[in-house]
Amino acid sequence: MQQTLTLHDRDELLTPLYQFDRKFWTTIAALVLVIAPGILLYIRQLVLGLGVTDLNRPVFWGAYLVNFIFLIGVSMAGTVISATLLLLKVNWRRPITRIAESLTVFGLMTAGLQIIMDMGRPDRLVFTLLYGRLQAPLMWDIASLTLYLLTAIFALYLQLLPDIALLRDTAPATAPEWRKKLYTILSLNWRGNKEQWTRLEKAMLVVSIFIIPIGISLHTVTSWLFSTTVQPGWKSTILGPYFVVGAIYSGIGLLFIATTFARYYNKHLKEYITEKFYENLGWFFIVMSGVWFYFTLNETLVATTEQETLEFPVVAAKLFGEFAPAFWGMNLLMIAATWILVAPKFVSDKPSRNLFLQTTTGLAATAISVVIFALLSLRLPALSDPNLQTGLLLAFFLFFLLALLGVTKWLKTRLITATVIASAFVLFGMWLERWNVLMPTLTHARLAPYTTYHPTVTEIAVTISTFGILTLMFVVFYKFFPSVSVWEVEEGRALEQGSGD
Amino acid sequence: MTDWCMVIDLEKCVACQGCSIACRMENNTPVVSPEEAKNGRAIRWNDVFPLPVHIAPDQGEYPNVKTHYSTRPCMHCKNAPCVKVCPVQATYIDEEGIVRQNYDRCIGCRFCTMACPYGVRYFNWFEPQWEETLAEYRNPDQLSVNGSLEGPAVRPVGVVEKCTYCVHRLEKAKARAKAEGRDFRADEYVPACVQTCTGKARFFGDLDDPNSTVSQLSKSLRATHLLEDSGAHPKTLYLAEG
Repeated sequence: MQQTLTLHDRDELLTPLYQFDRKFWTTIAALVLVIAPGILLYIRQLVLGLGVTDLNRPVFWGAYLVNFIFLIGVSMAGTVISATLLLLKVNWRRPITRIAESLTVFGLMTAGLQIIMDMGRPDRLVFTLLYGRLQAPLMWDIASLTLYLLTAIFALYLQLLPDIALLRDTAPATAPEWRKKLYTILSLNWRGNKEQWTRLEKAMLVVSIFIIPIGISLHTVTSWLFSTTVQPGWKSTILGPYFVVGAIYSGIGLLFIATTFARYYNKHLKEYITEKFYENLGWFFIVMSGVWFYFTLNETLVATTEQETLEFPVVAAKLFGEFAPAFWGMNLLMIAATWILVAPKFVSDKPSRNLFLQTTTGLAATAISVVIFALLSLRLPALSDPNLQTGLLLAFFLFFLLALLGVTKWLKTRLITATVIASAFVLFGMWLERWNVLMPTLTHARLAPYTTYHPTVTEIAVTISTFGILTLMFVVFYKFFPSVSVWEVEEGRALEQGSGD
Repeated sequence: MTDWCMVIDLEKCVACQGCSIACRMENNTPVVSPEEAKNGRAIRWNDVFPLPVHIAPDQGEYPNVKTHYSTRPCMHCKNAPCVKVCPVQATYIDEEGIVRQNYDRCIGCRFCTMACPYGVRYFNWFEPQWEETLAEYRNPDQLSVNGSLEGPAVRPVGVVEKCTYCVHRLEKAKARAKAEGRDFRADEYVPACVQTCTGKARFFGDLDDPNSTVSQLSKSLRATHLLEDSGAHPKTLYLAEG
C-alpha cells in the first residue's frame, strides 16, 4: 500500500518539473512584462540619480524602504514558521515547509535589492564590508540580513537534499543533460543510508533552533533603524516587537497566497496541501491578528495621550490628516481580514432567508462602503461640511457592517477563497502599516517645513517589478525542484501508517 | 586642544541671508531649479528660516506684524547622531570638534540625514550643476584628507554633504602659519558666513580658550542651544532674542 502511494506521489510531484508547457511560458512572459518597466526606470535612476524619485528633504526615505521592511516582514513567515512547526513536531507542516522556506529566501533577496536601489551610490556597497562600523544600526541590519539569508538558504538546501537525490535518480531519459548534471552535483552524493538520515535530521533540528532567534533579530534590528533616532514618532521601545508581530502576521498571509498559487498551478498539489492546513494555520493567523491589534492600539493610544508636542502632529496626521486614508484603510483591512477568518466559524452551512445574510446584500454594501471611504479620503471641498462628514462616516460604518454580515455565508463554504482574500487584505494592510510608521514621521520633521511625499512612476514601477521578481523566482525555482517536500510527505505517511491512524 | 565653536546672536541677526549666499559661494553648493527647490531639493548648508518652523511666520496684523528668524549652520554636535549611525564612517568628528564628511566614502544610504534632528544634511539628488557663468566662479580651494576630497570639492551625485565650518579655510590658515614659521593662532580663521555677516551677529573661535570671545559669550545668560532636548549636545550656540 505504502509503496504504491509513494510511486503515485513521485509521479505527480516530479513529472511537472519537466513539462515546459504553454502555461509556464505564458506566466514567464507575463512576469517579464511586469518586471521590465521597473528595471528600465531603475537604470534611468542609476544614470540620473535618486532625483527621479519624489524623495526630498526631509523625506529622505520612501517607498523603497517601505518595500524593504515589508519584504523582510513577509520573509519571516517561511523559515520561522516551518522551524517552529518542526520543533513542535506538527505533522501537517510537511507539505508546506518547502514553500515556506523558499519564500524566506526569495523575500530576503528582494529585500536586499530594495536597499541597493535606495542607495545613492550602489557602486560603493562593498564599503560596508571594507569600512563597516559595527556601532551603526544599518550595519546590524546588514549583518542580520546576511546571516538570516545564509541560514535560510542552508535550511532550504538541507531540506531539499533528499529530494535532489531523488530527482537525480528518477530523471527521465528525455531530461536535458545539464539538468541531470546539476542534480548530481547538488545532491552531494546523497545515498539515503541510515547515517546520512541521522545526520540530516540532527542538522535540520539545529538549524531550526538557530533560525528562530536569527529571524526575530532581523525584524527587531530593522525597527531599531528607526527607534534609535531622535525623530518624533519613532522614539518607541514597542517598535521591535511590533515589527516582529507584523512580520509573522504578513508572512502567514504570503504563505497562504503562495501555497494557493502553487495549488492552482499544479492541480495534483490539492491532494497534499489540503483544507486541513488552511484550517490549522488559519487559527494561528487569527491569533496573530489579535496580537497585531493589541500592538497597534498600544502604539497609537500612547502617542495620542502622552502630550509630546513634537509627536502629536505625527499622530494627528495619521488619525485625521493626510495619512488618515492609509491609517484607517489599514485598520479596516485588518478588521475585514479578521472577520473573514473568524465569522464563518459561527454561522451554519444552511442557506438563510435573512436579508442581511445574502451575498448580494454583502457585495452591494461593500461597493457602497468603498465609495464612501473614497469620498471621505479625497477630501472634496464640496463635502467639507462637518454634518455631512459625520453623516458619511455613520453611513460608512453601517454599510461596512452590512458588508461584513452579508458575505459571511458565502465565505463559510469557501474556506480557501476566504483565506486567500483575508491574506491579500493582510498583506496590503501590512504594507500600509509600514508606510504609516515611516512616512508620517518623515514628513513631519522638527526643523524643516512639513512636506508631502507622493511616489513617482519610477518608485511605483520598481515596486511592482520587485513583486514580479519575487514571483518569477518562485515560478522558476519550482520548475527545478518539487514544491512539496516529497521525502517529508512520505515520512509523514509512513508515520501515520506506523501509528495505525 | 582647540574646540571650534560658533555663536550666533539672534538679537543682531537681520535675516539678510548673506551667510547663506557666502556659504554657497565658498563651498561650491550646487544650484537647483526653482521647481526642484520647491520640492525640498535645495541645498543650503547655512539656512535662514522663520521660527517657529511649523506655524505661519507672520504674527499680528499688517503693518504691525512680527516675524522671528533663525539662521542655522551645522551644530557640530559633541554627541552627533549622524556620526553614530553612519555605517561606513563617511562622517566623523575630527580632533578639533568639527563634524566632517568624506564624499569619497559616503554610500548614500541617507541614514545620517534621517538621524540629524536639525536637518543640516543635504543629499545630491542629481549631478550638481552650475549655470555657465556661475561655474567660472567656483571656489578652486581643495581639501584632501588621505587622498579623498572634502570641504568645497565638487560633490558627485548620490552623496551627502553638510556645513564643515569651512574647514578648508582652517587648513589654509594653518599652512600659512607654518610657511611663515610661527604658531597657528585660533583667531586666524573664521568661516565665510562669519566673515560676511551684515549685523556682525556671528562669532567664531576656540571654546577651549577661556579668553576667547565665544567662551565669554557662551557664559551669557542668553546663551542657548537649538533643540536642547535632542541629546546631541550641539556646539553652535545661540544668544536668544530679547
